[in-house]
Amino acid sequence: MTELTRMDRREFVTLLGGGIVVVVTVPFESLWDALEQQGRQRGYPEDINAYLHIAEDGKVTLYSGKIEMGQGIMTSLSQMAAEELGVSLDAIHIVMGDTASCPWDMGTFGSLTTRMFGPAVRAAAAQARLILTDLAAQRLGVPREAVTVENGVAYVAANRNRRASYGELAKGQRIAHTVDQKAVHRSVRQFAIMGGSPRRLDGQEKVTGAAKYAGDIRLPGMLYARVLRPPAHGAGLTRVDLAAAAALPGVTVVNQDGLVAVLAADPETAERALKLVKADFDVPAPAVNTESIFGHLLRSAAAPNTPDAAGDLDAGRKQCAHTFDVTYYNSYVAHAPIEPHTAVAQVQDGKATVWSSTQGPFSQQATIAREIGFRPEDVRVITPYVGGGFGGKVPGQQAVEAAKLAKITGKPVQVAWTRAEEFFYDTFRPAAVVKVVSGIDGDGKLALWDYQVYGAGARGSDVFYDVPNRRVRVYGEWGRAPDGMHPFAVGPWRAPAANTNRFAAEQQIDIMASGIGRDPLEFRLKNTKGPRMLGVLEAVAEAYGWKPAPSPRKTGRGRGLACGIDAGSYVAHVADVTVDLKTGKITVERVVCAQDMGVVVNPDGARMQMEGCIIMGLGYVLSEEIRFEGGRILDDGFATYQLPRFSWVPAIETVLVSNDGLSPQGGGEPAIVNMGAVVANAVFDATGVRIHRLPMTPERVLTELRKV
Amino acid sequence: MGETIRFRLNGKPVALDTDADRMLLWVLRTDLDLTGTKYGCGEGLCGSCTVIVDGRAVRSCQMNLGSVQGKEVTTIEGLAQDGKLHPLQEAFQQHGGFQCGYCTPGMIVNAYGLLLRNPHPTRDQIVQGMQPNLCRCGAHTRIIRAIETAAGQKGASHD
Repeated sequence: MTELTRMDRREFVTLLGGGIVVVVTVPFESLWDALEQQGRQRGYPEDINAYLHIAEDGKVTLYSGKIEMGQGIMTSLSQMAAEELGVSLDAIHIVMGDTASCPWDMGTFGSLTTRMFGPAVRAAAAQARLILTDLAAQRLGVPREAVTVENGVAYVAANRNRRASYGELAKGQRIAHTVDQKAVHRSVRQFAIMGGSPRRLDGQEKVTGAAKYAGDIRLPGMLYARVLRPPAHGAGLTRVDLAAAAALPGVTVVNQDGLVAVLAADPETAERALKLVKADFDVPAPAVNTESIFGHLLRSAAAPNTPDAAGDLDAGRKQCAHTFDVTYYNSYVAHAPIEPHTAVAQVQDGKATVWSSTQGPFSQQATIAREIGFRPEDVRVITPYVGGGFGGKVPGQQAVEAAKLAKITGKPVQVAWTRAEEFFYDTFRPAAVVKVVSGIDGDGKLALWDYQVYGAGARGSDVFYDVPNRRVRVYGEWGRAPDGMHPFAVGPWRAPAANTNRFAAEQQIDIMASGIGRDPLEFRLKNTKGPRMLGVLEAVAEAYGWKPAPSPRKTGRGRGLACGIDAGSYVAHVADVTVDLKTGKITVERVVCAQDMGVVVNPDGARMQMEGCIIMGLGYVLSEEIRFEGGRILDDGFATYQLPRFSWVPAIETVLVSNDGLSPQGGGEPAIVNMGAVVANAVFDATGVRIHRLPMTPERVLTELRKV
Repeated sequence: MGETIRFRLNGKPVALDTDADRMLLWVLRTDLDLTGTKYGCGEGLCGSCTVIVDGRAVRSCQMNLGSVQGKEVTTIEGLAQDGKLHPLQEAFQQHGGFQCGYCTPGMIVNAYGLLLRNPHPTRDQIVQGMQPNLCRCGAHTRIIRAIETAAGQKGASHD
């Protein structure tokens, strides 16, 4: 990894200007299996996860390899550090996503920051408080127990005039301490800063336009690059003529190892130059398209993983009074962050510095180093604010392009993808097929669950209902799909696979409930015993004002219910929709969401994420899909790829179900996983029609309505 | 080249010797170093590049420099006055009307243009007025609340 992690701890304190550094080396065993494996493959170091520095002037700095892309962790991590250290929130300074100064981190994704990195921050800060308490006890000549800390000052409890500030205590120190887990975290009842909703620390910069994103970095002599792109994935360049572009004043052209680019001192000149590039491509004949993809996924599936199997499916089938065999589909979906992938790179004296809009600064450091033939320690990745990621800003192709062009031209280079490039090179959420055969016995108890998902992955497919005879088979994970399964790159998309799996599973549950004339809430409560799931179901029903009635009521207006587990949090939604029977247009009027995420670090921040999940979710539910013909992406802009807009937004109510006995769980993704099913179930209640394919466009709804 | 384009930018005169057919967005971001105005789509479909020209919210990615000759241009950097945030900026912070923040300058400037034309909009008018602006993080409900809050305050429309 970096020099830093190999450096002697004491040297490291000196480098930071003296004071006290607390490092955390706790191996977090709670990392879920997949990530742990991934980490090992990448050489996840058993080294520091976090560190906190108290400078000789009392300034407290928290260094984190995580990045801020809107999820609010700059604020919530600072709250955790301030709480445990005993300083005010504004005393914390945070440095994020800089490979030169931050501890190695695998990347910001999976709703992991609060539940996995948070404990490291709290441990470091709690340990620092202990060290400072001991230093104060020594200086003030009292036992440790006689000292209390508050707002960055240590007092003798009995005489508050006898005091020393953290700065005074840190002065002249060269302490590097490793967390030994003796420090006790503060409890929920003691919280003064955690559990509150201060204004976001990134707010002032973001509302004034001062916040810097990768594309806002300006370096002397910087060139703006445009890269020649193929018309389709899989296309090969057969001929290129750069003469006309090169003749344009101020334009530099590059054609090296497959990278063809034009560069100029302003982006519009580069754009004009790109239009002058003459190029021919060999485009393979399209093998698959938007409609034929589902058959292709079934045909190209490799042998499945079976993450869950219990009981006896044949025996289960015999116990069933009713069985239901349904297939669900969803299309490719784009991340479409409003900030396209952007990077600025500078190569000087054998060292590269790259400012990148990325969720994985350290993985990018490794990738860039490999691609330009540098040692990783000679590549520094700096992550300014990131303008949305949602899982799409991990690979870092644009940063590699910028670094290569900076190395070739000897000048600082910005590569900022256009919206069309963003739609072309996005690692889409995979298209998927889910086949479910399920059944219930004569008492309305689940007896059978035979579940197969193709293309998406396992997350969200776990069976939390009480089904004695069950099997879950997963054909292809988004990160490990067989070659040729997807015609272009796919990747994690906010709660990867879970949106697909909950769409299928929670609709299937609803189909069974209505199949025997049961109220959808009652049916779920009868078939699950998990206290956290019961908790969120009851909370959402109460907040909504649920009155028992079986679906469908077919009044043109309907309500739906869905629930799920994601990133350690339990979440349930109820939605009201209306369906225009003439056009097939669905309008989501109201969404109520209850979430149990353990201890809530920042309630308003948690609600923001829930609201964001609900609104973003409307897109994949109602309109968003990438249409394609072979490797050619047909939706390359917002004219045809419709993101949710203001007029789509329903009334939203969020409920945080209290669970202070559990450490903080994930918050960035859970509330998006139910959106497909909750709307589909409400559409069924409104119309009596089931929509098995996402997105539920007016045309698809109308087609189903006409079948009745 | 050769033509001098003059306009007022955030209250101060600007003179630029450059091509009149360059887009205002890129001139702001490159020549003038005002990076608060963002590129999101380049087609006028997302609103991230919204600025005010003579009192109207426009998409700076669709407006060439020549067309602002002699006009008054306001960007996100020009909303705070004497170090004091504009009520919209204050309300966006108060309500958490942003997440990643990338669309935020365009949102605030578009709302500013809305309040200039209609200082006391109804909720429906706010929704319709903000419809051209995209937010991917899903801060919409808070953005609407922020605009409602700011609209209720004196000085929100800078009149």
